[in-house]
Amino acid sequence: MGDELPRVIHMRDGSAHAVVGLDSSEDFLERTDGLVGKLAQDVRKGLWKVLGPLLYWGRGFSPWGSHFGIACCSIEVPMAVFGPLFDVERHGVLSPSTARQWDMLWVSGTVTRKLAPRIRILYEQMLEPKWVVAIGDCAISGGPFYDSYNVVKGVDKIMPVDMYVPGCPVRPETFIDAIIEFRRRVREGKR
Amino acid sequence: MEMWVNFGPQHPFTHGLWRLKVKVEGETVVDVEPTIGYLHRGVEKLAEKRSWVKFIPYNDRLCYVASMGWTEGYVGAVERLMGVEPPERALYLRTITSELQRIASHFVWLGAYSIDLGNFTALLFAVREREFILDSLSRLTGHRMTYNYPRFGGVARDAPNGWVERTIRYLNRIERKMNDFVNLMLDNETFLKRVQGVGILKKSVAKEWGVTGPVARGSGLKVDVRYNDPYLLYEEIGFEPVVEKDCDCFARYMVRIREIYESITIARELLMRLPEGDVMAKRVPRVPPPGEIYYRVEVPRGEAGYYIVSDGKDVPYRVKIRSPAYVHIQATKAMMPGCNVADLPAILGSLDVCLGDTDR
Amino acid sequence: MILDLYRIAEAIRASHPDLEFDVKEGERRVVFKVKAEKLHNFIKFLRDEVGRDFLSTVTAVDYSDRMEVVYILGSYSDGFIFVVKTEVDRENPEVESVVDLFPTANFHEREVYDMFGVRFRNHPNLRRLLLPDDFEGHPLRKDYEWW
Repeated sequence: MGDELPRVIHMRDGSAHAVVGLDSSEDFLERTDGLVGKLAQDVRKGLWKVLGPLLYWGRGFSPWGSHFGIACCSIEVPMAVFGPLFDVERHGVLSPSTARQWDMLWVSGTVTRKLAPRIRILYEQMLEPKWVVAIGDCAISGGPFYDSYNVVKGVDKIMPVDMYVPGCPVRPETFIDAIIEFRRRVREGKR
Repeated sequence: MEMWVNFGPQHPFTHGLWRLKVKVEGETVVDVEPTIGYLHRGVEKLAEKRSWVKFIPYNDRLCYVASMGWTEGYVGAVERLMGVEPPERALYLRTITSELQRIASHFVWLGAYSIDLGNFTALLFAVREREFILDSLSRLTGHRMTYNYPRFGGVARDAPNGWVERTIRYLNRIERKMNDFVNLMLDNETFLKRVQGVGILKKSVAKEWGVTGPVARGSGLKVDVRYNDPYLLYEEIGFEPVVEKDCDCFARYMVRIREIYESITIARELLMRLPEGDVMAKRVPRVPPPGEIYYRVEVPRGEAGYYIVSDGKDVPYRVKIRSPAYVHIQATKAMMPGCNVADLPAILGSLDVCLGDTDR
Repeated sequence: MILDLYRIAEAIRASHPDLEFDVKEGERRVVFKVKAEKLHNFIKFLRDEVGRDFLSTVTAVDYSDRMEVVYILGSYSDGFIFVVKTEVDRENPEVESVVDLFPTANFHEREVYDMFGVRFRNHPNLRRLLLPDDFEGHPLRKDYEWW
C-alpha cells in the first residue's frame, strides 16, 4: 500500500481490467488492419481532413455534462451553476441523468477507494468523444484529505483528465470560465 | 415473483452517494438494504493528526449544505472543555448565522425535492432565494459555502458596515416570496396526491429508530435540541419547535416550510437587537485541559453530536461525530416496506439525507 | 435541575452497587462506568425505569492500555444525557449487542466493528459498513499505521 492506486481495477466477481490510455477517434482508425481495411482507412483519412475541422467546430456548441455530484463541490457545480444567477445553460450546457448522453464527466468531490471502480465504470459507459474535468481540489490531488487512508489522491490516478478547475469549493464563475475555455479549445481541435 | 432492484451510487433521486437495494414484488416494495461508505474520507482519524484549530475547516466539509451548524458544534464543544465564554456580540452573530444557514439548507432541500416530483420551476425559485442568503453570508465571512467562521472564544471577524440593514432587507424579500412558493406547491393536486399518506413513520417506531429533527417532528414528537438542551441564545428568546401530527411525507414537508418562516422571524429579531462590543474573548487557552464532553446542536437535518476526548496535548485524542442522516438511512427499513416503487423518490426526499456527514 | 440529576444518579447507584458515576458541574450530563457483563441489563434498566428511550450513538475510544465502548443515551422528553462507558480488552474486544433493545444500534455497532475491531455478540449482520469489504485493518485504533 503506497501512494498510488494500482493500475488494475479488481471487480467483485474476480475479473479485472486495466487502465489504458484514452482512445480518440483518430487512433481508432489506425488500428483497423487488412487490405480492405487499409483502403477504407485511406478513404477515411482523406475525408477526415475535410470533415474534421467541421466536426470540431460543431462539437464545441453543446457540451453536455454529468449530473454526478460527489461531495461539497456538487452543490456549486451541478446545482448552483444551473440557477438563475450563474446561468450556465446559455453556453449550451445540459445535464442529463444517464451516462450514455454525457460528453464531459465532471468529477466534483473526493474520490474514495470504495467509489473508484464505480466511477471507472461510468467513464467507460460514456461514448466517444469524451472529456474529463476534475473540479475542486479533492479531485485534482486529494485536497484537504490527501493523507487519509481511504482517499484516492486525485482522479487522474484512475482516468485521464483533460481539465483541472481549482478551488475549495469551486466558485461558479471559475467553472463558467472553464466551460468557455473548453469550448474554445474543442473548436480549435485541441484536446 | 421477487426481484432485487438497485438504486446505485449514481442516481439523481438519492441526493448523494449511497446505494439502496430494494426487493420488489410486482410494484410493491418488500424490503430494503442500504449501503453507505462511498464518501468515507476518514475525518475522525484526520482529527488526531491536525491540531485543534486546524481541524475547524474540516467540520464545514462534513455536511456541506449546512456547514455553519456543524462548525458551531465542534467549536462550542471545545469551548466548554476550555471553560471559555464568548462575548455577547459573538453569541448573537453565531446564532444569526446558524439560522440563516438553516434557511439556506431548507431551500436546497426544497429545490431538490420539487425536481424529484417533477416541478422544475420550484428548483429555480429555491436556488434564486438561496443566492440572497449566500450573498449576505459571503459579505460577512468571505465565502459562499464553507465559511470557517466560528473560532474558539468568538467568531473570526466582525460584520461590515451596512450588513445588518442589508440582511434585514433580504429577509423581508424572502418572506414575501415564500408565499408564492408555498402556493405553487400546495395548489397543485398532483403534488398533494403524491405526498399525502405516503411514508408513514409512527411515533413509537420513530422512537425506536432514534430519529431526530424534522423527521421526528413530523411524527408528532416534540424534540428539538434548541428546546430540550438549549445552547447559544435559544433559551433567552423562548424557542418553540414546530410539530405536526400526521407522520407522512406531507407532514415533514410542512415542518420544514414552517421552520423557514420561523428562522426568518428569529434572525430578524436578533439582527435588530444586535449589541455592540468585541467579537472575541480576551483570554483563550491554547489547548483544552484533559477531559471529555458530549455536546449537541440542532443542524437543519436533525441532531448533531460531538463527543470529544482531550488529553491536554496539541491534537485531539478522539473526536466522534454523530450524524442525523446516518440514523435516518436506517429508518428506511421501517418506512418503505408496503409502498409502491413510484413513491420512493417522495420518501427519500422527505428524509433529506446529506452524505457528507453520514460517511464522514 | 442539577440537584435532580444528582439524586437520580444516587438512586441508580443504590440499586446497582458496583457502579461509578460523575456529574459535571452546571451541565446536563452524567457519566457512568459499568462492567462489561452487566452492561446489557443496565441499559435495559435505563430504558425501562429511568425513561432513556433515545440511543444517540455507540462509539469507542482506544486508550493505550484498554479500549472503552461508550453508549450515549438521551430522552425524547427532557434534555439529560447519560454517557455509559465500559472497558474491554484491547486484544480481543467483545461486548453484548443492544440491537434487541434499540434497533437503531445496528449501524452504530457495525461502524465500531469496522473502525476498532470490537465484536458484538448477537448482532444480526456484523460486517463492514463504511470501508470497502476487502480493507485490511481497523483504522481508528492507535496502532494503525499512517500512510
